[in-house]
Amino acid sequence: MGAAARRWLLIAIPYLWLLIFFLVPFFLVFKISFSQTNIAIPPYLPVFEWTDGFAVWMEKLRQLSLDNYLWLTEDPLYFNAYLSSLKIAFVSTALALAIGYPLAYGMARAPAHWRPLLVMLVILPFWTSFLIRVYAWIGILRREGLLNQFLQWLGVIDQPLTIINTDIAVYIGIVYSYLPFMVLPLYAALERMDESLIEAAQDLGCTRLAAFWKITFPLSLPGIVAGCMLVFIPAVGEFVIPDLLGGSDTLMIGRTLWVEFFSNRDWPVASAVATLLLLILVVPIVIFQYYQARTREAETR
Amino acid sequence: MNRHWSGFNIVSVVVGFAFLYIPILLLIIYSFNESRLVTVWAGFSTRWYGEMLRNQALLDAAWVTLRVALVSATAATLLGTLAAVVLVRVTRFRGRLLFSGMVFAPLVMPEVITGLSLLLLFIAMNLDRTIFTVMLAHTTFSMCFVAVVVQSRLVTFDRSLEEAAQDLGCTPLKAFLTVTLPVIAPAVIAGWMLAFTLSLDDLVIASFTSGSGATTLPMRIYSQVRLGVTPEINAVCTVLIALVTTAVIIASVINKRSMVQRERAEQLARAG
Amino acid sequence: MRSLGNIRRSFAPWSDANAKAMISIRNVTKRFGDFTAVDNLSLDIYEREFFALLGASGCGKSTLLRMLAGFETPNEGAILLDGVDLTGVPPYRRPLNMMFQSYALFPHMTVADNVGFGLKQEKMAKPAIAERVAQMLKLVKMSEFAGRKPHQLSGGQRQRVALARALAKQPKVLLLDEPLGALDKKLREETQFELTDLQYDLGLTFVVVTHDQEEAMTMADRIAVMDAGQIRQVATPAEVYEAPNSRFVADFIGSINLFDGEVTRSDAALTELQSPEGFALRMVDGQSRGIGSDLTLGLRPEKIAVTHTKPNSGVNAVEGEVWDLAYLGDMSIFHVKLDSGKIIKASVVNASRSGSEVFTYHDRVWLSFAEDAGVVLER
Repeated sequence: MGAAARRWLLIAIPYLWLLIFFLVPFFLVFKISFSQTNIAIPPYLPVFEWTDGFAVWMEKLRQLSLDNYLWLTEDPLYFNAYLSSLKIAFVSTALALAIGYPLAYGMARAPAHWRPLLVMLVILPFWTSFLIRVYAWIGILRREGLLNQFLQWLGVIDQPLTIINTDIAVYIGIVYSYLPFMVLPLYAALERMDESLIEAAQDLGCTRLAAFWKITFPLSLPGIVAGCMLVFIPAVGEFVIPDLLGGSDTLMIGRTLWVEFFSNRDWPVASAVATLLLLILVVPIVIFQYYQARTREAETR
Repeated sequence: MNRHWSGFNIVSVVVGFAFLYIPILLLIIYSFNESRLVTVWAGFSTRWYGEMLRNQALLDAAWVTLRVALVSATAATLLGTLAAVVLVRVTRFRGRLLFSGMVFAPLVMPEVITGLSLLLLFIAMNLDRTIFTVMLAHTTFSMCFVAVVVQSRLVTFDRSLEEAAQDLGCTPLKAFLTVTLPVIAPAVIAGWMLAFTLSLDDLVIASFTSGSGATTLPMRIYSQVRLGVTPEINAVCTVLIALVTTAVIIASVINKRSMVQRERAEQLARAG
Repeated sequence: MRSLGNIRRSFAPWSDANAKAMISIRNVTKRFGDFTAVDNLSLDIYEREFFALLGASGCGKSTLLRMLAGFETPNEGAILLDGVDLTGVPPYRRPLNMMFQSYALFPHMTVADNVGFGLKQEKMAKPAIAERVAQMLKLVKMSEFAGRKPHQLSGGQRQRVALARALAKQPKVLLLDEPLGALDKKLREETQFELTDLQYDLGLTFVVVTHDQEEAMTMADRIAVMDAGQIRQVATPAEVYEAPNSRFVADFIGSINLFDGEVTRSDAALTELQSPEGFALRMVDGQSRGIGSDLTLGLRPEKIAVTHTKPNSGVNAVEGEVWDLAYLGDMSIFHVKLDSGKIIKASVVNASRSGSEVFTYHDRVWLSFAEDAGVVLER
């Protein structure tokens, strides 16, 4: 086998795999989002067959329509679900940044021999199951849960607070689950930073706070962008957290998609919901990829 | 550096880690609770671990999950390593941009979309949903994580090592296998572990792509949790946490020990 | 050609018309995109020669070496080894071995495994490998380190292992990419002589790439001075230093004072230039130049004498002011400013402990040089 053939094979194996199992499925979602619901297996129309022949194909193509998308605009449920997903993801991202930044900053300023241990402690929860970590909060946030028991024991409250099955529980769940994604890029950006820059700024007359805002913060911006995107993007499409911690009125698009698919068995609408979700996420994903590519380039240079 | 480890920094680190670890600790503690009520402490007991071991549905699900994780992690490591080699080594070919997009996009793709799209693919391919389709799905999304991990190691790999092997008579393939692979092995192993735990944890994609008789452990836990919180679930979760934590700690200790030994040897060499 | 320097060479196949080149590089061009790294370059290297490719970074010397090793393919031209075209022969089938700049020792193998790696690829029998490895390690004085891993070695030890590994397959030609670049100055000076001795004793052909002219001058039989993908001059160290063929080479190797001038008188024996600074330069050139043509005289600092009084002959002498001086122990360096403003560098060997003449800043001094001290360069 020649060098060119080997090279071709090397590229072709992962390339074809990703084409078949990642890219083609997206086109299927896209196509089925224009189909009609049908009580059959598979539950949509038209079903394209390789044996159909060109004329039948053209006929079936004519059956595709924008009906599902019209349906999404007619029922305010969907619009509200998108809006509420974005709101919940945004608030959670902001909260995660507020908690993650001091944590990452503290870690980056820790004595050097402590840092690997601290980093491992941040990564460790990430290795444990997502589902388990969300489950852990149910026992804490319930009406008779540990948080209420603790607060009542302290005497802060007389009546148990209702936290579970509200948006607040969803915020807590998302921040908790995605905090490592926020902390790690922030830590990487802060740890890399040259300590003497701060000293130079102070030497030139900045107070410590001013030095932070004028030097540390701008230099950690790539880490902030990466961390926020890593929290925001999956949070928008989150299903498990709103399902287990949120209330029946907690609208999130991932959950809507799940319900359309598994409960209503309306695959075409579920596909339309997925297509729109992807369109919404294109902007943050592109921003994220752009920053990632820039850091990658800076590293390899 | 110590002087910057101020009170504020210590507090934020302690508060951050308390937030990360208290829920998990409580979960573990209450798995040893005698009472059926998860949140009322009624004395120490291991009865829920016994219940867990008698729950055949749970054990079946665990066996399914283990098989899926082993197969998909191994396949994902092979494919992901290939993808990383292509990303780092083959700098110019038609469709490279699309390729790197396909490698990086699944990292941030909402699981519901990945799951739905794969299901539609399996339907279009007339593939019955079984344990096999779950393996395919898990392989696809975890190979991208493996590719990222291996890629970051491969970028810093000194190409001249491979050239030296060729210079001494190895074909390019043999040079990769005898020199490059052993040197980047820690990253490949880390990638395998990541793929394994990703598969172990996944609920959403498995729910879309699995069929009857292929219920994974997260799917089983999820359906039990929906019915109500029981200490038995705490016990299952504790076992899982213990397994994964032990594996991660062992891996990092081995890694650290070899690094320390290496550093010591380098110091000796400099002195001698 | 008259003899240059004080070393007479008995080994000079390049001046023998009947000698056949071992490596023959013919009109080789290598482009990376728009950038031409090696530009239509031809060169012959002879058996048992220690050949140095010298140039600044980016001049194409490493690309040329990598083409010899087979890691890059020329866009045009051919490379012949003993008359056989190497084009299309992959690195692992070429009878040459390379010592890498970073040494490229395999970190997961012991010193012995590294040295024996190439032999193992040849499917040599195990006892024979062990014997050869032991022999090689003895050669580079690393026998007691056979069981160590590369990270347990110092920089100098790694360099020796890399050398032993490259020599183990007994290649026809050894390619060395900046072999001493990673060593500190003292170790580098010692190793230079060790390398030349080794090359001589083993009777091998060495091609070394370096940016360090001192290294090239010390070790090489011949030096090719490279710039922008082309060879500017190929010659022995003494020729490159004493008889550079261009302003570029004269300026690149060592330090030199350049005087531009117009030919006022010329015959086979002597040529006289009138410099724009207003003094006459008379020198032995060996060929007759056209009156009125522009030439440059190159003059190395150590060939200029510095005196307080005007030399008796009055020829090739010019007055100036001491502008800067540095005492370096073995010699002193003067920067003398001529009345025209031009700065001339001169170095004087401190032959006795108390100098016969003492100079200080702003002294008026005379600079003078012999008629055969300079080299005539065309502009």
